[in-house]
Amino acid sequence: MSPVTSHSVEAATPLALKDKLVPALGAAALGIVLLFGAGFAPMEALHNAAHDSRHSAGFPCH
Amino acid sequence: MPLSPAAAGPARRPGLFNRIAATAAGAGIVAGLLLTGVQHLQLTSLIRTAETYEVAAQAASAAPQQHEHQHEDQHQHQHEHAVPGSEHEHGAAEHHHGGWEPAPGGERLFYTVLANVSMAVGYALLLAAALTLRGKPVTWRSGLLWGGAGYLVFFVAPSLGLPPELPGTEAAPVVARQGWWIATAGATACALALLAWGRHWGLKLAALALLVVPHLVGAPQPAVHGAVAPAALARDFIVAAAVANAAFWLALGALAGWFHARSSRAG
Repeated sequence: MSPVTSHSVEAATPLALKDKLVPALGAAALGIVLLFGAGFAPMEALHNAAHDSRHSAGFPCH
Repeated sequence: MPLSPAAAGPARRPGLFNRIAATAAGAGIVAGLLLTGVQHLQLTSLIRTAETYEVAAQAASAAPQQHEHQHEDQHQHQHEHAVPGSEHEHGAAEHHHGGWEPAPGGERLFYTVLANVSMAVGYALLLAAALTLRGKPVTWRSGLLWGGAGYLVFFVAPSLGLPPELPGTEAAPVVARQGWWIATAGATACALALLAWGRHWGLKLAALALLVVPHLVGAPQPAVHGAVAPAALARDFIVAAAVANAAFWLALGALAGWFHARSSRAG
């Protein structure tokens, strides 16, 4: 038994879409939360903290 | 080859979510810091200049009211002349929409870095999720193509209707503009995916429609256009923002491709 062999077999087999879907969509959802907080959230304090970033990135501001 | 025997079995490999998150964190933090550098060199001084115009315009619009107020008061309360002036000062101090705001200098820069990095990690999470779902091998070079697509989706397409604006520019209500921005980015992302991977001509036709429709509908516009900063400053800002965001997206794409390839090999 060799961990190297099992590893290379594993790496050569692409993951099925159903195994990837939940982690990928979870990551995308987390990304949207971060983008919302930095770029879109209406709270005054968040807006003022991210003010220069929002203008630079072309997010609608004010 | 795994670093430890524990990493060899499929059940004990780091989860796919963790690998996507690690790729996004690596790419996002580096690209976010790079964006801060470019922004600091090119954009920040334009924003500061526009804010001096904004403050001056607010002071000028407050002045006539103060004048009228003084006339009314002159008959009765001569001693209250200081009151309108102090209200005016209060108004200028509140120019940033009220509430807490970072102090100028280091604190403002710190929060800008924080916002840039969370924005960049957010975009990198979307990018890494897309690379994972696509499932094809990626290098930093093919990552550049993904970054270019991100630039088109999240900067160029929304900017055609809502160009990056300096502080003090008249604009439609912010929620309406945000809605149009998100819809345009979503439609452009779907269109690029269909153009790249759709095989049927009908899908390509649908892609073209998705590209064009947001701009036919048009971005929300203010009742009256106007800006306190000179038009030349606004043009400089659009050009500088276009360059800074292009650099950011190409870096983010290349980094995401590189980190993704590395974690695929390690996994």
